[in-house]
Amino acid sequence: MTASSAGWALLGGMMIGVASALLLWGIGRSAGVSGIAAGLLSFGSAPGRERDWAWRAEFMAGLLAGGLLLRWWMPGALGVPALSLGILALAGLLVGFGARLGGGCTSGHGICGLGRLSRRSLVAVPVFMVTAMITVALVRYLGMRG
Amino acid sequence: MKHLYPFVTGLLFAVGLGLGGMTRPEKIIGFLDVGGAWDASLIFVMGGALLVYLPFVQWPRRASPALARQLGPRQGPIDRALVGGAAIFGVGWGLSGLCPGPAIVALAGGQPALYLFVACLFLGLALGRRWAPG
Repeated sequence: MTASSAGWALLGGMMIGVASALLLWGIGRSAGVSGIAAGLLSFGSAPGRERDWAWRAEFMAGLLAGGLLLRWWMPGALGVPALSLGILALAGLLVGFGARLGGGCTSGHGICGLGRLSRRSLVAVPVFMVTAMITVALVRYLGMRG
Repeated sequence: MKHLYPFVTGLLFAVGLGLGGMTRPEKIIGFLDVGGAWDASLIFVMGGALLVYLPFVQWPRRASPALARQLGPRQGPIDRALVGGAAIFGVGWGLSGLCPGPAIVALAGGQPALYLFVACLFLGLALGRRWAPG
């Protein structure tokens, strides 16, 4: 990667950090996207940490609006995985299931959890990084990537 | 205003992901592809995020015990669900180069493949609930 793309990556990351901090400061919630999404599925259930549909829907709407901005202002920013539909569907299932089971995703564990120095996240992050790397290596070896 | 706030944070989050290249699966795969030409973008993105977020969380915890209790890490166990879930997530992430945040943002690109991925992601979340502890 070039120095300028590293710069953009750092800037983008800091924006994510600011957004996460704002969410925590403003409404006391963590910006772990899998958790926010999971809570959307739980509306109507017994009171617990998964309720409060409105802010979750608003955050998601913000994600989509941001996506539209990117689509208009940064052509090529929104990519598509080069995978067969079957593998893509499987991957989506695994990401959702794994995030729910493990209590977080890259933003939940990787940013919010690590930011809190959570032991759970200090375990989860290396685990998913390593399994992801092994998966990529296997996919390469098996010639699956389109 | 109260309803605009989470919306604006989501928007900022999404633009950050986009600027950082995280909505391009090939950049994530490039990072995870330790054997090939390595793309370090993810490190810079996560590093940038933590550079802001970590002090933001840690400083008030030192400043006030009440805040410390509120912001403390979830006191859950390091159990099979955590490790197993992270591993399963890792496989899906490694296959696609997508995790929930970027996938939802990328929906705005209008590509059917993303709709499929996100639909399956939500199905996975729903299924995971039956297995997840608590």
